[in-house]
Amino acid sequence: MKSMGDMLLRENDFSEIVMGNTALVRAMIESGTRVVTSYPGSPMPETAEAIRSIPKEDRPFYFEFSTNEKVATEIAFGASVNGHFSTVFFKSVGLNVAADSFVQLPLMKLKGGMVVVIGDDPGANSSQNEQDNRHYAHLSYMPVFEPSNPQEVYEFYKEAAQISQEREMPVILRLSTHVCHAKQKVNFKGYKPFEFDDTPQFSSQDENYVPITSKVFPMKRRALKRIKDFQSYADDSKLNELIDNQNKDKGIITMGVPYLSLRDVMEDMDDKPDILKLGVIYPLPRKVIAEFLKNHKEVKILEELDNVLEKDIKVIAFEENINTQIIGKVDIEDWINEYTPDKVQEVMAKSWPNTFQPKDLIRFEKKAENRPAQLCPGCGHRSAFYAIKKALSKEDITVADIGCHTLGFLPPYEMGEVLLSMGHSTSTGTGLSLFNKDRKVVSFLGDSTMFHAGLPGIVNAIFNDHNLTLVIMENDTTAMTGHQNHAGTGANFNKEVEPITIKEMLEGFGVKNVYEIDTYAQSKLTEIMKDAVNEEGFSVVIATHPCMLQFTRQARKKGAYKDNKAQIDQEVCRQIHECVQEFGCPSFSIDKEGKVTVNDDLCIGDGSCIQTCPIDAIEMNLSKEGSK
Amino acid sequence: MKNTDRTNIYMIGVGGQGIGLLSEVLIRAADYAKLNVRGVDTHGLAQRGGTVQSQLRIGEGIYSPLIQEGTADIVIALERTEALRGIQNYLKPSGIVIYYNTSWQTLGVRLEETEEVKKEDIEQAARKKEAEVIEVYKEDLGDTRMQNVVLLAEILKRNILPDIKKDNYITALKDLMAGDKLENNLNLFNSLLS
Repeated sequence: MKSMGDMLLRENDFSEIVMGNTALVRAMIESGTRVVTSYPGSPMPETAEAIRSIPKEDRPFYFEFSTNEKVATEIAFGASVNGHFSTVFFKSVGLNVAADSFVQLPLMKLKGGMVVVIGDDPGANSSQNEQDNRHYAHLSYMPVFEPSNPQEVYEFYKEAAQISQEREMPVILRLSTHVCHAKQKVNFKGYKPFEFDDTPQFSSQDENYVPITSKVFPMKRRALKRIKDFQSYADDSKLNELIDNQNKDKGIITMGVPYLSLRDVMEDMDDKPDILKLGVIYPLPRKVIAEFLKNHKEVKILEELDNVLEKDIKVIAFEENINTQIIGKVDIEDWINEYTPDKVQEVMAKSWPNTFQPKDLIRFEKKAENRPAQLCPGCGHRSAFYAIKKALSKEDITVADIGCHTLGFLPPYEMGEVLLSMGHSTSTGTGLSLFNKDRKVVSFLGDSTMFHAGLPGIVNAIFNDHNLTLVIMENDTTAMTGHQNHAGTGANFNKEVEPITIKEMLEGFGVKNVYEIDTYAQSKLTEIMKDAVNEEGFSVVIATHPCMLQFTRQARKKGAYKDNKAQIDQEVCRQIHECVQEFGCPSFSIDKEGKVTVNDDLCIGDGSCIQTCPIDAIEMNLSKEGSK
Repeated sequence: MKNTDRTNIYMIGVGGQGIGLLSEVLIRAADYAKLNVRGVDTHGLAQRGGTVQSQLRIGEGIYSPLIQEGTADIVIALERTEALRGIQNYLKPSGIVIYYNTSWQTLGVRLEETEEVKKEDIEQAARKKEAEVIEVYKEDLGDTRMQNVVLLAEILKRNILPDIKKDNYITALKDLMAGDKLENNLNLFNSLLS
């Protein structure tokens, strides 16, 4: 078996099939990155899996999953001003959490240098929006590099690292989902392990780090000057690339994933437009762009999500007095979804229908039914939703939060009817409780999310004495992003630590009514919920059960997994369908006559379904021996 | 299938079926066969019991790992509903679909709102694209997580990817697993080929 950890530390040149997130880690090592921080979120978590593959004692940098993106950013900042080259990485919307500190970075002299890696999610594959974080570059005067494939992830990070260290300024490396997850053979350079000088270098004597009142202005002036000076780098950068197809009429300016899609769409075309592929996307390489505009009659700006390039390029054309026809976004659809090859074909055909002719596809009237994500077999959240639903009336309001339990929104549970962001549920629930005497308000919140951004809302509900019930969906992990530890699990990325006990913490805060129950005790949970929602004031129910996906995997590894399966006693079953349609475990199958059976491929033998049958038709078929 | 310049392989299944391993074996085997490759897998949310897809593109003049609709030379599906979806959306006319004949019922089926996809539905959809259908199933497999190896063996047996040889697959499998797991998978793979 190939060891990823060995590969990442190899000192000679080599090439290997890796995804963008893995290539990123090799680049961190080669660049002498000393401190790396993060909070889990798709499309970035595999970066941490690659880091984990290097044994802790061999890891050339410190890594931690911090409690949220803002904390992670601050740690990387603190390390940088002390002379360590640092990096923080997180997902698209993570930047909103980090923003309060993030926007201050350009004001500071970052002695060690610092790269912020952002994983944007066009297509909202695993996010609550598809926000375009290129906007933050304008807001914060930070240069942005954007690679399009894993080879470029590796090269662009190294370039960003060098620039950031030389100029003591932050640099953003913007990735997107299918850059992070794309796999290809990447050519890696050899490197010599660094000998780090860990002498603390922070000095408030040489440098002001406190932007307050009039002290802000010189810091802002320097930030603006640094980004202005960066212009000449952008113009000369080898990260921008011209694909010259000898076309005097048509040119396309693009970047990142849309660039790859465009190349595929154009591959078999005869009359190919020229392409200017940007790698430095803020500040734009002004001279390069002006030149490209001048050399073509028409230029299409092909960018996914918002019209960020388009606006900047139109300004350049205006200021340089260039009369080339610039074609940007055509309609609202151009602002939506990932620019896959199919999407690029569609977008380009709107502007140049003769060059980009639509394909003739064979269509089907009856499409295969969509299959959205669902709670796993044995998931403790299923038992929780099933039991809690029985305690509430149809009119009551349930507030979702982010995590696996967001899936409770789907049928058959339909629990969690409104969602904003990480940790919003207690406060949104609070707002819903105002002037509301008729409908109970119940907010759901996962344990990792609670530590991430949920605590202020909880403290507020206590402080301002609000009337709602919070259900903490505790599964002892950060499940949705791949089972990372959090402050309540008893271990961090590097070692075992004392866990923060949620119940004790809440009681310490002064919550008077804290209930705690395993969700598999369904009827008890129903009773507790009835009590909790009828209490005056703020009540909390900790609905706990370990993530069964993680639990089963661990049991299999230890050889302790029992291959038990639920089964239906067909003699007893009267096809009430409570198990398959109300409890809704995906392990149950139903045939055309309404007969229910258990799909052994799916059932994990957890037995949480047995109690749901009103006539006891479900039994457990015990396996005789443990199975791996 | 002819050995053309570019081959698009579209893999589809349900989160939890082990599509990631199948895709990783194929991309590595193709690389060992000295082919230029680009691939991508579904990560994140959909892995929890939703539709998952892996895409693999082989050959020269390829840039994105993402396959265009209706251009997959081969659709490899781990489940019936997903096989139908793969044919409808991605299979090119006269392509090949190879699927494992099992069903993980969708919510609509379990709520008796839609009908379960049958073998006939898959064959009918494939006919509309004039595609070849290969159904794969192994009785008494024991470990359902090895269904992907059954598919892999069938691909090799039928020479669906003529440039990738048995040794390439075995080297790839050895890259990715060790111990009992490797032994079980190799034993199954070899037994299916004999």
